[in-house]
Amino acid sequence: MCTTCGCSSDENEIRFTKIGEKQLHSHSGHYHTHDHNHDHHHDHHFDHDHDHDDHEHHHDHFHNHSHSHEISVVQLEKDILYKNQLTAERNRGFFEALNIFSVNLVSSPGSGKTSLLERTISDLKDKIAFSVIEGDQQTTNDADRIHKLNVPVVQINTGKGCHLDSEMISRAVKELKPVQDSVLMIENVGNLVCPAMFDLGELKRIVIISVTEGEDKPLKYPDMFSGSQICIINKIDLLPYLKFDLEKLKEYAKKVNPHLTFFEVSATSGEGLSAWYDYLTQSIKK
Amino acid sequence: MHELSVATSIVKIVQQEVNKIKGKTVLELYLEIGKLSGVEMDSFYFVWPQCINGNVLAQTKLFVEEPIGRARCAECETEFHIEKTFDSCPNCNSPFKEIISGKELKIKKIIIK
Repeated sequence: MCTTCGCSSDENEIRFTKIGEKQLHSHSGHYHTHDHNHDHHHDHHFDHDHDHDDHEHHHDHFHNHSHSHEISVVQLEKDILYKNQLTAERNRGFFEALNIFSVNLVSSPGSGKTSLLERTISDLKDKIAFSVIEGDQQTTNDADRIHKLNVPVVQINTGKGCHLDSEMISRAVKELKPVQDSVLMIENVGNLVCPAMFDLGELKRIVIISVTEGEDKPLKYPDMFSGSQICIINKIDLLPYLKFDLEKLKEYAKKVNPHLTFFEVSATSGEGLSAWYDYLTQSIKK
Repeated sequence: MHELSVATSIVKIVQQEVNKIKGKTVLELYLEIGKLSGVEMDSFYFVWPQCINGNVLAQTKLFVEEPIGRARCAECETEFHIEKTFDSCPNCNSPFKEIISGKELKIKKIIIK
């Protein structure tokens, strides 16, 4: 069994689907970032001559690689997630070169990420070019919602995976082909824990919390709040009906990350969205 | 359950190192996983046996060092112990600080046969 995505059976593999292309780009093939180790043995057992104009080298190659009874100590000092980090930096370079403002939207399930995306895109799509990557364990429901707004969207289904990683984004972006001077919204898997550890190469990470959740969420899930630059507080139209202390939430969030910028919005009523829209519009101005 | 991704990344990196020197098996593996790294060690030890089953790490003795969280206050430069990434300075109560240890997530050393 593949232990990263658990793809021992068909329903657990990682799938990339570009919506609206008659499923032409439905990659149901296995996507393994994991190397399957094929052993190759390089036995250099030959001599060869290089002829140069004025001199001649004669190399004797006689390496016998049989270290089977030797013990080697490898001082590696390597970051365990270095591969994710490398690919993330490559993604970031690509986004910066094309002036693509890429944001990684993280939150617990049900905070209103997709609704906020829908509202934002439909209000701004005449002014800004958007593209979207949707991450969920299963279904293309979210991508289908975005597709109705006529913007390019790729759905990544992570199977059993609990987060997106930079390699998935690299692949999805090749499908998506985002245009220059645009905004790329990456909606991560709804989960406040795991996505915190994986840099996707985004320019900004945005954590979304809705007022129907507890004010102390930043203290309970500090990694997600400390790794984000922006915090969007959603569903503020419901405040009159809830015992939710908005200032307390901000205080807790600032305790975890004093640099956070807040937007207080309601994707349903439209309240507070203009500040968020101004921010997005400014972000792709050179 | 990102501990699974962490464990499989370790296996992948170690396997590459073993291949490089045409080793057969890994005798010892030394990791550094800081208390603030975001990895739950219980979950990690739960998935580890599954990840090493049948590969070069199957017989490996695993050594994990878990550095504790330490920070230096950005205002008064006090160095202090932190349990959580958002602990404030005990001296001046400032939330601004540089974390100087506890975030490690590293393969330190591999002993290959």
